[in-house]
Amino acid sequence: MMSTDLRSAMGEFKVHRVRFFDYMPSGIRALAFNQDTERMAVARMDGSVEVFHCSDRFFQEKIIPGREQCGIEGLSWVGERLFSAGLNGGITEYDLTNQKVKYTIDAYGGPIWTITGNQQGTHLAVGCEDGTVKLFEVNEDQIQFERNLDRQKSRIISLSWHPSGSKIAAGMMDMIQVFNVETGHSIHRMLADRGAGTSRSKECVVWSVVYLSDGTIITGDSVGMVKLWDDQTGTLIKSHNVTKCDVLALSVSQNEDSLVAGTSEGIVVQFQFVSMVLEKDDKEWVRTRTFRNHTHDIRAVAEITTAVVSGGMDAQLVVRPLLDKIEVRSAASALRKIHFPHRRLVSCARKSGLMLFQYPGHLELWRLGESEGKGTPGSSLFVKRNPEKLLQLKVKGEDHIRCSAVSPCGGWIVYSTASTLRLYRLHCDNNNISITKISKLPKVLSSANQLCFSSDSSHLFSASAQSSVHIASLSQSGCKFVGTLKPKSGSHQAIHLLAASEDGKWLASANSDHEVHIYNLQTQKAHCTVPVYSSAVTAMGIHPATNCLFMMHADQQMFEYSIEQKQYTDWSRTVQRKGLHRFWVERDTPCLNVMFNPQNPSHVILHDMYMLCIIDQSLPLPDDKTQFYNQLTLKSLTEEQRKSQSHAFKVCKTFKDILCVELMPDQSLVVVERPLEDIATQLPAPIKQKKFAT
Amino acid sequence: MVETSDIRVVRCGGSKVNLTPPIISSDSRFVLCTSGDLVKVYSTRTEEWLHSLQGHTNQVTGITLNPANHLQVYSCSVDGTVKLWDFIDGILIKVQLVEVHETVEIFLSSGLCVSACPECFQLVSVHLPKSAEQEVEAKEMSAVSSHISKNPSCTAFGRGGEYIAFARHLQLNVYFFRKQKTYSFSLKATDKKGAKNAFTCIACHPTDDCIATGHEDGKIRLWRNFIHKKEYTYSTQHWHHNAVNTLCFTPEGTHLLSGGIESVLVQWQYGAGNRKEFLPRLGGSILHISASSDGQLFCTSHSDNKITVIESSFKVCGVIQGLVKDAVLTDLMIDPRSKALVLNGKPGHLQFYSLLRDKHLYNLDIVQQEYIYEAGLDQFEVVKAAFDIKGSWLATVEERGKKSSDLEFFLKLWAFDERTQSFVLNTTITAAHTDRIISMCFSSSEETTMLVTAAEDSQFKAWCQGADADTQQDQNFWSCDFVGSYHKLNPTNCSFSADSSLLAVSFQEVITIWSPDTWEMLTTLCQPPGVIRDLCFGRLSCSKYLLGTTTKNLLCCWNLLTCELEWSTSVDVSKLQPDPFSENVAAFSYQSKHTDLFVFKPSEPRPLFTNKNVCSEKVHRAVFVPREEPLNSCDESTQWLNRSQLYFLTQNMDLLTFSTATEEDRMLSSSKQLVIDDSVAVTPFYLLLGKHRQQQQKLNTQSHPVSDKPQQTQGSVTIKELLHTPAHVLPAASVLCSMFVNSFLISNTGVQQDPLSWLT
Repeated sequence: MMSTDLRSAMGEFKVHRVRFFDYMPSGIRALAFNQDTERMAVARMDGSVEVFHCSDRFFQEKIIPGREQCGIEGLSWVGERLFSAGLNGGITEYDLTNQKVKYTIDAYGGPIWTITGNQQGTHLAVGCEDGTVKLFEVNEDQIQFERNLDRQKSRIISLSWHPSGSKIAAGMMDMIQVFNVETGHSIHRMLADRGAGTSRSKECVVWSVVYLSDGTIITGDSVGMVKLWDDQTGTLIKSHNVTKCDVLALSVSQNEDSLVAGTSEGIVVQFQFVSMVLEKDDKEWVRTRTFRNHTHDIRAVAEITTAVVSGGMDAQLVVRPLLDKIEVRSAASALRKIHFPHRRLVSCARKSGLMLFQYPGHLELWRLGESEGKGTPGSSLFVKRNPEKLLQLKVKGEDHIRCSAVSPCGGWIVYSTASTLRLYRLHCDNNNISITKISKLPKVLSSANQLCFSSDSSHLFSASAQSSVHIASLSQSGCKFVGTLKPKSGSHQAIHLLAASEDGKWLASANSDHEVHIYNLQTQKAHCTVPVYSSAVTAMGIHPATNCLFMMHADQQMFEYSIEQKQYTDWSRTVQRKGLHRFWVERDTPCLNVMFNPQNPSHVILHDMYMLCIIDQSLPLPDDKTQFYNQLTLKSLTEEQRKSQSHAFKVCKTFKDILCVELMPDQSLVVVERPLEDIATQLPAPIKQKKFAT
Repeated sequence: MVETSDIRVVRCGGSKVNLTPPIISSDSRFVLCTSGDLVKVYSTRTEEWLHSLQGHTNQVTGITLNPANHLQVYSCSVDGTVKLWDFIDGILIKVQLVEVHETVEIFLSSGLCVSACPECFQLVSVHLPKSAEQEVEAKEMSAVSSHISKNPSCTAFGRGGEYIAFARHLQLNVYFFRKQKTYSFSLKATDKKGAKNAFTCIACHPTDDCIATGHEDGKIRLWRNFIHKKEYTYSTQHWHHNAVNTLCFTPEGTHLLSGGIESVLVQWQYGAGNRKEFLPRLGGSILHISASSDGQLFCTSHSDNKITVIESSFKVCGVIQGLVKDAVLTDLMIDPRSKALVLNGKPGHLQFYSLLRDKHLYNLDIVQQEYIYEAGLDQFEVVKAAFDIKGSWLATVEERGKKSSDLEFFLKLWAFDERTQSFVLNTTITAAHTDRIISMCFSSSEETTMLVTAAEDSQFKAWCQGADADTQQDQNFWSCDFVGSYHKLNPTNCSFSADSSLLAVSFQEVITIWSPDTWEMLTTLCQPPGVIRDLCFGRLSCSKYLLGTTTKNLLCCWNLLTCELEWSTSVDVSKLQPDPFSENVAAFSYQSKHTDLFVFKPSEPRPLFTNKNVCSEKVHRAVFVPREEPLNSCDESTQWLNRSQLYFLTQNMDLLTFSTATEEDRMLSSSKQLVIDDSVAVTPFYLLLGKHRQQQQKLNTQSHPVSDKPQQTQGSVTIKELLHTPAHVLPAASVLCSMFVNSFLISNTGVQQDPLSWLT
């Protein structure tokens, strides 16, 4: 850890630069795009499934944590239902409303390599290790095994339905089979060539297959070829050598005029169906663009309406816009790389200087270090006491942690998995740390979507099913259920954000349907509902003095809502009327925390992955003509001029790859950084490539 | 002295053959390329220069096969004409005058001709009128674009001539002739990765609607769907590390060829991503590529004035080498043995070029290191070279590090090996001087050869062969004999007198005269102000004179017998060149943006010959080339050209010479005769009978002129007849035998004895 003095026009802070949170994002294994709802489902190596909203700046709406030993191999949407299948041989349906696994059924075919639903939404097909393609009927609330297609000798690696639903193409070892779904018999068997030379002895794995409506079957294989086959004759039409290593993923656009292939070299290659002679109809698949945004294997690609989305072993989700499909260039059409989850993984006991880091399988509690003396702005201070890891708490069971929290006083730790919720009492006298599990928890506190302590650490708020919030009071003796807060109306989507007011009077909750409900904790009744905005809430906080709710949205808009008056504040209305600066709106990561400076009530502190910002509500708002990043200019001006030049947004870009920023009561900032370079060094080695001049 | 009109400055051989893409005739037998104001026709098999299409009066800027008749070729020139030729017989068929402001610059074709004028580089489509007349004026034209790139590679016709693609800086335009509509696509100048996206060349696929563009950073983009403003698409391929100079699709469109400074010909398989083949080490950077219409042969032209003929199997099958004039650092020299012009050739080489035949003879590798074709590298270059009088020794200086402070240079001495008929390295002297060698000359005496080098370390050294007693070897190496200096001044020039009895070394403003036998300084000559720039002794009857030029525009002549200044005149001489075969000295003077030539004898300050405005650039290099047979002109003004010919190189690297009227007349008459000979188809039947008839006619009319032509080698004709005549028309073997033997006889009578006279 380093301590830095951060002094500028935005005020003066002592900063704890925390770099001991070794967060490792998990590699992306599968992608599934739902055209109708514009949602992108992402499956990761650790078994977690995330849902991104494509038209809302790719905000990560839902996170379903994974389990140990649950390798997801395929994802598929059927209507608005999401299914996954993995090497444990089971098919899982997810309850997206409550963000948990709905059920898992065994397919009895050994490990499942692929899952795909037909366009009609009636059937799911899975490809198994034992060489069978199993068809499942999708019923109202369950899926039911229907039958097997002709059993093959080798495992089924990839599957693709013909859009009509009558045929299915399966990629296997060394070959591609086409099945008639009705009869279950194989129509064609097409042999994929093995590589030349030494790789001749290696089997050719058909990693991915795409069946087009005109009867063309496109395959990507481990030899590095993208091959086009005719399903009428079962012959090869054309083959493109894309790479020396594997072509791992293929995806075709909705209107079947563009195809993307992801390779293990980390490049995405686009093919387009263009006419060779202009204004004539003899079209051919031609390799066009190449996108190099990954360093490691690309395990999944998806072509969505206006962009190519790819993900792989380097754990970043890359959204590369296709400029020819975009009408107006804007911030929404820029290249986007999503590295970190859009949730907070760090909670902070402000009063006692403790940090709780949430890993998938364990929690870590650290005590911040202390520094000495004062330095010049930007200089680092001498660290008197090093930060110290107090505790590592391993999760019982196979489920991964969904949410966790440490109470502001530092006396309580709570975490929840999909199945259990555990509360611990923390005793901390000098160097003696002890922890006791609270054994008798109220039954309603069995699982939570989001957890939060009241500011005086006397109450625990646990968001659970049906958008409800349970309140439990904490005392030396234990935990007692107090009551449940339920919204008056609206959706039952899971709550992903909770914010309690400093005076313990109010609680705000935000759910995935963009609804924000405010409850009065004294009466334990719903107080009001903030008007629903079109974009998701990414962070919110209640001002300690004015009790105004400050909300940040995924499209970078901000609102301030007076709880007492049940209306937007004047400042919020001014912001909406004048509009935000272009540079602010064009940022591509959501704000993840809203803080208030008790010493300066007009200041609101925000942060996203790349910057830290203080909004001074007493200063005028910038318009598009003013210089947005004006810190350096202000420095060179005199006091008088500075007043006329300064505006409400003060942005600090000193810190990079920020996971969390928290303001401590002693006016110091804790900035938790996770440099992307550090993540890159911990990734497995990529495929070795000969680069020019190396 | 009046300016005489019968001496003319002509651009002689050695013009650029790499200015425009060469074209291969459809039967793959000929390669055509532009060379100055000529179009030269070479054979693809023998690489011999067959003939040239002569008729343009200025630089030819483009050639293309007539799409309607593959035996005809169009050519265009800066003189504003488009000419149609029969290139096999070299006959001019048609002349079209195109009046686009001033001149036609580039030329492409597909029934339509597109041209541009030099100032603004407009792209204009000119309709060539169909007319039987030989000279027509093309008036019907329409502008396509008012602003195109200067580089002709940036314009190309698309499939079947339906559209034309042209690029400028960062914009690609496609103009459809039928719709008369232009589509434009722009690229960003650069991106985060430092790409340089400016267009450098364009090629269009022959059958598909696909445009290939080359870029400054070496990328190749293939554009498709370019009739859409938004849905156009391109794919990018990257192999070249520097700008792509040229692109060419094979006629079938199965491959794309590209070339750049790397001098590697890259063949990309069309439609198969990045599968490619390479043909490396082709010499200079590739400027143009063209393919024959059957796709069997490719031609690349290189920056070192060379055309390489390559088979489709990627094997080099022929090299047509022109005179390399890219970076001439040495003086122009004449190899005393082969009478070839010697100057810098390929990087690190000296080239031997026959001016008489306008043919490259060979390259002599001086540096003997691999040259890396990449911009901005500091590599060894030959900067000085000198021959001794017999041509048995060659001294060279190569140097590196001109820009940086650490200068590296070698002095090498090469002996002529009679057995291999080439120069062999004899001695390499690594630290001949402590600083750069400025001047170098061999003594001109027949008995002993001595080399004198003068360097910036304010010393001059004399080098002799075999003086070093330490080396106990049979071979005689060169070693230093004497080190001389004068008042720590930097020498500027050194020169031996004609009989090698005196050595003159100039030190800044002072000329010192030394005796090479005793190494005693005899006298000093000084004529301030001005540093001595050039120094030479007079020849033959004027050998008592020493000539010098200074930077302060003085030409001085000293009499060495009296050690006094004989005469001096104020003229800014950029090059002083004595003729080794006469007393004459040529002086090029640069004044007010043009160069004048004065030819004079040192004995009299009055010039023999003056030619004002020889060219508009400065002349720094010139040489007198001995003639094979002296002219016997009596005209006073042309007398100086009787024994030797003066060649000079301008700053634009044009090799120019002076020719007299009589000489040109003779050339013209001989070329005409050749044309008549060639215009009749040479069939075996003609060889057997036609020739004989001709001969008879000549004998009968007694109008047989004394032929200037060299004696026809009849032996070869006879053998050809024997081999080419079908067996069933051959006469009896007994008859043939006598004819065959007869062909070996050399007739000593003036009248040609025809070997076929038995037929009468």
